[in-house]
Amino acid sequence: MDSRRISRRHLLQGSAALTLGTALRAPSAHAADTTIGFIYVGSRDDYGYNQAHAQGAAALKKMPGLKVVEEEKVPETDAVEKTMESMINLDGATLLFPTSFGYYNPHVIKMASKFPKLRFEHCGGLWTDKDPKNAGSYFGYIDEAQYISGIVAGYSTKSGKLGFVAAKPIPQVLRNINAFTMGAKLANPKATTQVIFTGDWSMPVKEAEATNSLIDQGVDVLTCHVDGPKTMVENAARRGAMVCGYHVNQSPLAPKAYLTGAEWNWEALYPKFVKMIAAGESIPNFYRGGLKEEIVKVSPYGEAVSAEARKHADDVKAKLIAGDYTIFKGPISDNKGKTVIAAGTDRDQKDPELEKMDYLVEGVIGATS
Amino acid sequence: MTTDVADPVEAVAVAPAADPGFLQRHGGTIEYVLIPGAALVGALGVFGIFVALFGKAPLDLYFYMYQGAFGTWFSWQNTLTRAAPLILTALCTALPAQLGMVIIGGEGALLIGALAATGAALALPSMPPLLVQLAMICAGMAGGGLWIMLAGGLRQYRGVNETISSLLLVYIALAILNHLVEGLMRDPASLNKPSTREIGAANMIGAIPGTDVHWGLVFGLIAAIASYILIYHTVFGFAARVAGGNIRAAKIVGLGVGKLIMTICFLAGASAGLAGMVEVAAVQGRTNANLAAGYGFTGILVAFLARQNPLAIIPVAILLGGISASGGLLQRRLGLPDASVQVLQGIIFVFVLASDALYGRIGLLKGKS
Repeated sequence: MDSRRISRRHLLQGSAALTLGTALRAPSAHAADTTIGFIYVGSRDDYGYNQAHAQGAAALKKMPGLKVVEEEKVPETDAVEKTMESMINLDGATLLFPTSFGYYNPHVIKMASKFPKLRFEHCGGLWTDKDPKNAGSYFGYIDEAQYISGIVAGYSTKSGKLGFVAAKPIPQVLRNINAFTMGAKLANPKATTQVIFTGDWSMPVKEAEATNSLIDQGVDVLTCHVDGPKTMVENAARRGAMVCGYHVNQSPLAPKAYLTGAEWNWEALYPKFVKMIAAGESIPNFYRGGLKEEIVKVSPYGEAVSAEARKHADDVKAKLIAGDYTIFKGPISDNKGKTVIAAGTDRDQKDPELEKMDYLVEGVIGATS
Repeated sequence: MTTDVADPVEAVAVAPAADPGFLQRHGGTIEYVLIPGAALVGALGVFGIFVALFGKAPLDLYFYMYQGAFGTWFSWQNTLTRAAPLILTALCTALPAQLGMVIIGGEGALLIGALAATGAALALPSMPPLLVQLAMICAGMAGGGLWIMLAGGLRQYRGVNETISSLLLVYIALAILNHLVEGLMRDPASLNKPSTREIGAANMIGAIPGTDVHWGLVFGLIAAIASYILIYHTVFGFAARVAGGNIRAAKIVGLGVGKLIMTICFLAGASAGLAGMVEVAAVQGRTNANLAAGYGFTGILVAFLARQNPLAIIPVAILLGGISASGGLLQRRLGLPDASVQVLQGIIFVFVLASDALYGRIGLLKGKS
């Protein structure tokens, strides 16, 4: 938020209001056609997960006839149910974006059942037939963008050692680590990715420790999958390492060290959703996509990225956008030597097996448990 | 009549009883309402100035706070839902405070209580719901109770400061919860949000009929009233307060201080454990990291604001529930950051603690004895 300059007028207004303090003014009625509510689990300027959604919300604010209401730092408890209800009852919201993964079950499901005429769009959840029809879950195959980051990282590393600061060993995170590593190996077959799990989504102290520890071990390019990459990016840049971003473009934090990054493209998706609703189309309850569908994107390359790296990365990106490239293409073995995807098996992005990923591929140094 | 005036003894004896007005006679009680009330008004005033410095109208602030917390039936339910766990976790601090102990580990007892309650429900898969719910209550209370007894035992038998140990036990509880939820107790289907299996819809305790507020509120009210009776109207409570006042005196008169500490700590932990059980059985339906939402920590604030009085905890919890319920509206209508609610809580805390010095010093209310 903008902290404006403190003027004498503000002070006077404040104290006058305090001393008078009797008549309560009613809020003015809101003249907007549709009110859309956004709920974030963290701070909306975290340079990470929540900011990505807030950027999507900001894109909606620019559209005519829409009013966007936002609430940040809403925990994944019944507090989020009350926030949704409050947005519905007090603000008249008819479309809600509860953006944190943990909001879905039971909170979004409960509210969607309670307000069957309103629309609930949840990020990351796995909508099934048993869930209310007015609820939907959308997500992006951001591992495609991580794969591109991996290629750039593979060209940029001098030591051949890459680092990954990760939250928890869950399928979505493992898929990113694996895609990043496999991308890097396209550029440098000997590259390895050392992974450190911090244990939770927002642990700035542990993220800083992990970053330092990775660099101490000779890692010179880092990326991450935590809610707020800011800590990793700033610390790595300070230590002279290079970084690939995540969630949003972190290049303003480290302009010289920033190579590229895997970003969400909610500012493209959310206006699309709203237009679909306005046109009377129904949004599929289970909505997924990658680079091709413009749900994820790759940050512009930093100045340190070589021409060779750019060309290779752009080639693969073009193939992914065209839809004729498979990242998880057998044979793939995990880092214990076991074959996880057999030769001849192609697991394309929509393959449900990939949603259950519980292994780290060859080249990753680390363990899932 | 001359005899009355002439008899100085009688005049002295009668006059103090007749002369002191209402104010003096009820000075103590009035102080308990007036001083915290004034502190609250003062805190709101200062918060108004704070908000005015950001260029927002304080009158709007007070209006939205009132509307969001108590302005509509929905707001009341929102407030009471948020207050419910706070009453129970506040007791975890307020009960040991009678013994002069500062326990700040209610969050840990809540997590262990939730785990134990979930474990009980999952261990009794085909029992009638009422039985399962009773088992959950017993397990939750026992789990939380034993957890705080650990802190009590460390203090009584090993001389470890209970404030530090109870706080550290929070982190141990969280680690145990994460370990079990991600390992032994994990539902294999909970891919990206490690959780236990669900306790089942039939075993949920649901809402108080006619409202959205779950039964946790009733549990909280019962626990607070029972604690009040225990502390102020039983021999046990008297013994506890004696020990809290002067532990040596208590030992000299032969009170079993060790037993008092262990019992009170058990009851304190049991009430926070019950809060954990309610979070599982009324809100989440299972155990996962969402349970660590900070209710245990807010409970400390509630207990101190209520001056450790179990009955006063009820209105204070409702007040803080209201503040957090209105926080969303402040974000949405005034564009204030989430942290502004924490600023308000902090200001209230400082005002109430500072106002402690006023007790017994307001001339008008001073009795002569």
